[in-house]
Amino acid sequence: MGSYLPSTAQERREMLGELRLSSFDELYKHVPEQVRLKHGLDIPEGVSEMEAAAKLSALADKNRRYRAIFRGAGAYDHYIPAIVKSVTAKEEFLTAYTPYQAEISQGVLQSIFEYQTQICELTGMDVSNASVYDGAVAAAEAVFMCQERKRTGVIVPDTADAQVIRVIQTYCGSRNVPVTVLRTKGHALDADTLKEALKQDTACVYVQSPNFYGVIEDTTALARAAHEAGAKFIMGAYPISLGLLKSPGECGADIAVGEGQSLGLPLSFGGPYLGYMACRKELMRRLPGRIVGQTNDSEGRRCFVLTLQAREQHIRREKATSNICSNEALCAMTASVYLAAMGPEGLKRAAVNSAAHAHYLAQRLSEIKGFEPVTDKPFFNEFVARCPVPPAELQARLDKEGILGGLPVEGGVLWCCTEKNTREQIDRLAEILGEVSAE
Amino acid sequence: MKLLFELSRPGRGQELLPACDVPEFAFDADLLRQTPPRLPEISEVDLERHYTQLAKRTHGVNDGFYPLGSCTMKYNPHIDEEMAALDGFTRIHPLQDEASVQGCLEVIYCTEQLLNEITGMDAVSFQPAAGAHGEYTGLMLIRAYHQSRNDLKRCKIIVPDSAHGTNPASAAMAGFTVVSVPSNAEGGVDLDALRAAVGEDTAGLMLTNPNTLGLFDPNILEITRIVHEAGGLNYYDGANLNAVMGRARPGDMGFDCVHVNLHKTFSTPHGGGGPGSGPVGCKAFLEKFLPEPRVKREEDGAYRFFSPENSIGKVRSFYGNFLVVVRALTYITVLGKEGIPEASGTAVLNANYLMHKLQGQYDVAYDTTCMHEFVLTLEKLKQQTGVSALDVAKRLLDFGMHPPTMYFPLIVHEALMLEPTETESRETLDWAAQVFLDVLEEAKTQPEKLHGAPHDCPISRPDEVGAARNPVLRYAFE
Repeated sequence: MGSYLPSTAQERREMLGELRLSSFDELYKHVPEQVRLKHGLDIPEGVSEMEAAAKLSALADKNRRYRAIFRGAGAYDHYIPAIVKSVTAKEEFLTAYTPYQAEISQGVLQSIFEYQTQICELTGMDVSNASVYDGAVAAAEAVFMCQERKRTGVIVPDTADAQVIRVIQTYCGSRNVPVTVLRTKGHALDADTLKEALKQDTACVYVQSPNFYGVIEDTTALARAAHEAGAKFIMGAYPISLGLLKSPGECGADIAVGEGQSLGLPLSFGGPYLGYMACRKELMRRLPGRIVGQTNDSEGRRCFVLTLQAREQHIRREKATSNICSNEALCAMTASVYLAAMGPEGLKRAAVNSAAHAHYLAQRLSEIKGFEPVTDKPFFNEFVARCPVPPAELQARLDKEGILGGLPVEGGVLWCCTEKNTREQIDRLAEILGEVSAE
Repeated sequence: MKLLFELSRPGRGQELLPACDVPEFAFDADLLRQTPPRLPEISEVDLERHYTQLAKRTHGVNDGFYPLGSCTMKYNPHIDEEMAALDGFTRIHPLQDEASVQGCLEVIYCTEQLLNEITGMDAVSFQPAAGAHGEYTGLMLIRAYHQSRNDLKRCKIIVPDSAHGTNPASAAMAGFTVVSVPSNAEGGVDLDALRAAVGEDTAGLMLTNPNTLGLFDPNILEITRIVHEAGGLNYYDGANLNAVMGRARPGDMGFDCVHVNLHKTFSTPHGGGGPGSGPVGCKAFLEKFLPEPRVKREEDGAYRFFSPENSIGKVRSFYGNFLVVVRALTYITVLGKEGIPEASGTAVLNANYLMHKLQGQYDVAYDTTCMHEFVLTLEKLKQQTGVSALDVAKRLLDFGMHPPTMYFPLIVHEALMLEPTETESRETLDWAAQVFLDVLEEAKTQPEKLHGAPHDCPISRPDEVGAARNPVLRYAFE
């Protein structure tokens, strides 16, 4: 059995003795006899570290690791600079709690302040919080930020990630916030469809761009339509795309949210990830969760503290803007180190190469019968293409090459490229698809 | 210390990515951003030194004693980190085919079985990413249960006045009205007040047991019975599970659903505020409402996803903070059936030992055997010397100790809440007790020294009022 107790059994007996107790059971005297576990837990005996490592490694080995990943759909395989992992493994950061005591938490606090600044720069917004659980929750929390007495409804086009829509619906269900999911044609929302759907009680519109199908939505026109109807515009943006594409601020968004996983976090079977949230100044006090602010210490030195806490659960209890307490602090730091390591040029390079690879793949597929892209709208690094065979069959073929193909979606396959999908990988993929096409 | 942006120099940076090996795509100009983000341009060495400096200005569990009450700041074993960093977990796309992620599904399934046994529940979802997220999810189950029975008048959640702030906040988010019930003289739930509070509109009760005073409520079976008889359900906030794991189970106390904090009880690191993981467990009759997808084991031994028939939906994308679950599974695997109650017993022993050392000098809010934590009240000290709980906490910083939780629970004046955890040695506890006593002596002889504390930290006390009054929430750039 393994153990992390520094004290020996003998020492513990002595400590009990100092308390004039003879057994551990006496420490539990307030626990009624009926609820005490009589025969212990029905779980395996503990094991040594070596045995535990072997067991977990065996589980990890049961998963298939792909050499080349052409699947995105909300989780992206971008290059992670070596410094990112080394910084975020520093044990001071790893083993600290929420920075309640500013005097010994300046490292965490300053890094969140830097993160907030980077997110504001990336999104073109005024204020960012210190992160929420993931991009889907960020979208749901943003919807709540827009609630007014006479405006509660939210409109979401079906071009957004279905998971994000589902989380918005789940969150809104408990607060009786009506959610309208707009049907679209051709994998994009047009402003006229939105205009028809906007009502006097619409609080906000949530649009993801690039959307689930990779299409760059006409967010400027959509934001204008929302604003003309008196509603707020929430834009969900894939942060890597912001190295190149128009920022939410430039599109006219009131709130920018998104999944921050692409900023230095590995795929990790879905988590931990990172929800970023940023907004215009007017909405600052409606932001949920932790926010770090700059101030001075009693000797006039610049320092950082958790601030605007009057919004939060530990002060306001049931009247808080959100219940969030723990967030994804270390993931926010990861994103911050990533953005600092990449710099403006590096981030742009990641965006340019991802888009170039995806367009190169699309062009290759357009030459292969049965695999032609169906998208005729501008896209970033994902697009839907036809698939002449059942996608599972195609994947079985790709498995042999260590390639994870695109995600099966209605009407075909959603392909994704990042800077990691080299020309050589794409050419090989096209070659295999050519063979499948010819069969 | 300088900010990243102040270290930036035009043209500096790192060569991390190659030039494009295919023709670059020319987007229409109106799709492109006009203003590039002002991200810092920094060399690798300067970036590394920046974060090394920041690390030196951060106190984690590995830096020293961290008795932050209700946060269970126990030691985080290295093997857990190593397992969570395995390629076979980190490089797995969440939307791979089931057959290619059997190891991940087995991690989820096995951890579910273990948590079922530890909590006395029948099913667990790992989708909630933190404790408060778990609370919200659990309350959604309670809401769905009443709605499924067409019992629509049940709109109130009862919360004791000693509860964590997340409890009422989560209840409000889940669409409930919060009813606060007072504590009795012993620090437990006032049964008469509870009886008066329950009724046809009671959806449920949220309770932490042991509670935030570090006391196990001896009336627990009566409490859960009162709520059940009124038609409500009982929700267990697992923040303090570390006191009783392997020795008593919420499922045997009359609770219908629970959340546990993997980042507290099961030793996954807190990362300066996250990522955590707040899996929610429930009894069989609530299972059909859990978030989807869940994982099941087929007869042929294969693991598959499935959707519960009346799922509340999704509270997060994918399956939760998976790598945190890997760490917790590693931890539970090492401890096993004997290590778990040994950990909880030692956590309780350490708390009582430290309390014993301080008793007589400091006032303990409730003078009885405590569980994994206890609360001091410095009300008298403040009256006599003007030294507050805040002053004492700030002075502790000078000794390299993270202070206890301050001013919580709200029902104790000038509160300091100490949770030493099981991973501290007797010498550390003796040292900590001596520091507390020395600080008490200082409070009496040189109170001004405490008002001005800390004296040996990277910064002195920050102006928090100024920070909130004139919010500066990002670097301004000149």
